[in-house]
Order: sequence, then structure tokens, then C-alpha cells
Amino acid sequence: MAYSEKLIDHYENPRNVGSLDKGDTSVGTGLVGAPACGDVMKLQIKVGADGIIEDAKFKTFGCGSAIASSSLVTEWVKGKTIDEAEKIKNTEIAQHLALPPVKIHCSVLAEDAIKAAIADFRTKRDGKA
Amino acid sequence: MNDTQVTAAKLKPNIQLPIYLDYQATTPMDKRVLDAMMPYFTEKYGNPHSRSHSFGWDAEEAVEKARAQVGHLIGTDAKSIVFTSGATESNNIALKGVMRFYKGKRNHLVTANTEHKCVLDSARHLQQEGFEVTYLPVRQNGLIDLDELRAAVTEKTALVSIMAVNNEIGVIQPLAEIGRICREKGAFFHTDAAQAAGKIPLDVEAMNIDLMSISGHKIYGPKGIGALYVRRSKPRVRLEALFSGGGQERGLRSGTLSPPLCVGLGEACAIAEREMGAENERLRMLADRFYQGIMNQVPEVILNGDREQRIPGNLNLSFSYVEGESMIMAIKDLAVSSGSACTSASLEPSYVLRALGVEEEMAHTSIRIGLGRFTTEAEVDYAVQTIVEKVNKLRSMSPLWEMAQEGIDLKSIEWSGH
Repeated sequence: MAYSEKLIDHYENPRNVGSLDKGDTSVGTGLVGAPACGDVMKLQIKVGADGIIEDAKFKTFGCGSAIASSSLVTEWVKGKTIDEAEKIKNTEIAQHLALPPVKIHCSVLAEDAIKAAIADFRTKRDGKA
Repeated sequence: MNDTQVTAAKLKPNIQLPIYLDYQATTPMDKRVLDAMMPYFTEKYGNPHSRSHSFGWDAEEAVEKARAQVGHLIGTDAKSIVFTSGATESNNIALKGVMRFYKGKRNHLVTANTEHKCVLDSARHLQQEGFEVTYLPVRQNGLIDLDELRAAVTEKTALVSIMAVNNEIGVIQPLAEIGRICREKGAFFHTDAAQAAGKIPLDVEAMNIDLMSISGHKIYGPKGIGALYVRRSKPRVRLEALFSGGGQERGLRSGTLSPPLCVGLGEACAIAEREMGAENERLRMLADRFYQGIMNQVPEVILNGDREQRIPGNLNLSFSYVEGESMIMAIKDLAVSSGSACTSASLEPSYVLRALGVEEEMAHTSIRIGLGRFTTEAEVDYAVQTIVEKVNKLRSMSPLWEMAQEGIDLKSIEWSGH
């Protein structure tokens, strides 16, 4: 299976690998997928007081396409407001990385991971308010 | 990093990349095999079934010599060997041919759920035709339980088909014991020996084997040829042919034989028989070096399949918390195969590993390493270092590894699934 240059670049040089402090109230954590399915993504966002995502980190257990999809979305969400980040569609991820049809689920998972991280952040924020 | 540390980068200049480590998928042809085949493409091109001239006689003589070489490897004579296109065809003929022939008297087939797809698919096909099939489970080490086999075989069982060596995990089934049980119960014993012939000693008499499938390209021979051993006496095995035609190969497999391919298979068998002892000794040394190299440097690695009852040329390893396909992508200089079937359209992990009771998440972390005749020590050392470095990198990116390090039980988490 031939992968696109962009995908291979993200896989070989993944951006923003790591973890943020999940106890921090400005951090939202999304953990999606399941080990039994062969894909687990953890995506974290750090949101500033102005609602803009300052930082994003990921760790992924999964195939090369899953790793590249998560690396890409950490780049995309940075600098966006959470409302903007929430609008990222899996089709945009799939198109950007030229994912083959059998790997589309990786982009779906990445979209879910963003949504889950944002939902976690909102729960924390609203709980505090 | 200090200067004395061994790294893949330091080992790299000494070897040619990529390194082939997928000997269970196929093997390169041995040059000696090619040399033996060459004349039968160009100068000695006769049809071995032509009886009226020397072109035909020469080709026939070569084919019969090859037949004897194949037979000799497994302890039988030339007459019991039928040439086929490969082990898939041999398995199809054995299962469908025997079951259909004995349909009136016995309609039950016993096989195991770790068999090759072509055996399992033939069995399913037979079920659709109305035959009864029992799929034996395997124990955690990949071997069948002989008591379960004994209980499964009845007076209605026509055939027991159990593979000699598993293609994914390299375990060797207890053939002699299986043969004895089959003989006691009056059922024929077929073994798919695609991964076993030329790798382990096989003797159809001592092991009471009635049918055996052999593949050319797994033993440094050409692709597109295989053989089926069909016992001719005590007891004689009869079967219904799948192909209609000129009645070649004792009527069991019609179609003109390819002398160069037959000669290639014969030569590959002869070489394997001569060199098996020395080759296995060398492979065992390389496999130990590989296994120890990994185990000494990486924690939480599991060898799938029985530790002792295995061929030396196979290592199926689960690297916990690292997904197999990303691993294969990371070690792109090494041609290995994923224990998980993720590279195909299916997202299911290997059914063989699942049959061993390997948990689904672990089955997703497996890779199959196949060593063979042309694998060198330098290649093993480079492969080991590459794997060590990539596993460490991928684990540092794995949320599961992070959670395990934090002491979180992964089973306690409610996964969202997908």
C-alpha cells in the first residue's frame, strides 16, 4: 500500500507527541478507540482564557495512518478557538493525508478525539463555574 | 548515548537493505535449483506425456526423478507422489477428494481452527455440501489436545486434517501421535506440510500419514508447483479428482506437467533433505540470537506458540502496547509480516493468535519474523537493533504504554470502541 508523502512525514516526524497535565482545569483530554480494535488515541488541548487552543499533545496506539491523523490534528487545532476546532471534519483529515479507503476510520477517530477533548474541557470549565 | 553502544545506524553500513525476514510467506529460489531447472525450459522442452519420441522420454525421465526426490524426503517412493500447482491445490484435492469419495460410508471431517485458510475454506465448502466438520481448538501453545482429537474422531470420520507446522507461529503438531490415533480409529490422516517439508524430518510410514501437501516455494523451489502424497497401500487412499481431463497423475490430477517446475521441486527437496540438519542448527543459532537480543533489551515481549515444539526459522512476537502495522511501517527496512491482518482490508486480528487465546489487543501487537537459508548474523543484529529502537519510539508515543506505566489496568477502562 503506497502512502502519501504527507502521511509518511507525519508518521516519521510526528508533531506534538506527549502529554499535558490532565489535572489542569485548562486542559481537556480525549481518549477514544479501543485496544481490541487496534486504535487508541489520546488527544489533549490546553485552552487559554480567551478560548483559544494554546497547545495540543497526542499519544496514539495504532497504525501509521492513525498516528499521522492525530499528529495532523494537533497542528490544526493549535491557535483555533474551541468552536473552530470542533468544526474540523474527518473528510478534511482524510483528504489532506490522502488516506486509502480502509484507513478512513483513522480520520474519524481523530475527529472524535478532538470532540472528546473539547467536551472534557467544557465539563471541567463549566463544573468550575 | 556512549560510543560503545550498539545502534542500528552503526550496523547499517555492513548490510544490504531491505532485509528479507518473511520466509514463511515465501523463499528465494536456491541457485542450485534454478540450475537444475534451466535445461527443461529451452533444450529439453518435451511434453513428459509424449510417448512417441525422445523429447517426451527425456522430459518424463526428469519428472520421474523429481518425483522420487520428493518421495524420498518424506520416506516414500515416487509412485505415491502427485504433482500439483501448490499446497493450496493439494489441500483442496485431499479434503474435497477424500470426503466426496467416501461420502456414503463416512461423512465426518476433523480439522483444527488454526489451519491455513485453504483448509478451513475447503472445510466450510464441504459443510455446505452436507458434510459434518469438527474444528478442534488449540491450547495456548498452539498445539491440539490429543484427548480432544481422540474424542472427536468417530466411526463416521473419513479424514483428519491437521497441519504439520503452523505458518504464523511455527509450532509443530504431534504428527506421530495424531497418526496413531487416526489409524486406530480407521480415519485417514492428512497433513498440510507446506511449512514442514524440508524443515523437520517427516516419515509417512513412521507417522502413519496417509496424505501430505507440499509446496515448492516454501523450500527454496519455484512458485507454482507443489505435491500431494497419496498413500497407495495399507491402507489405500482413494479420492475423487477435482479436475477432469487426460487422467495424468494416476487420474488424480489431470493436466500436462511442467518438467522445469517438477525438476525444481525435486531438486529443492533433495537439497533440503541433505542439508536439513546443518541448516536447522544454523537457524536455531540465529533465532536464539534474535530472540535473546530482543528479550535482553525490551521488556514485555511475548513469544507466541510453544517454546520447544517449533521450527527454528519462525519467531512470532507480541510487543505489548505497540500496534503491529505501525511497527511494520517503522521497521520498513525489514520485510516482516504483521500477525494482525490490518494490512489487508480486514481489521480483525489474526485468527490463529485468537485461537491461542491471545487477547485481541495483544494480537494487534504481533509481528512474524521468518529466518531462512540466506539470513546472516549481521542481518539479525541489524534487525534486532532496529526493532529495539522503534519499539522504544512507538511506546513513547503509545497512550497504552503510558497508562500501563502509571499502573492503570487497561481492562478497567470503558473503551469507546469503533
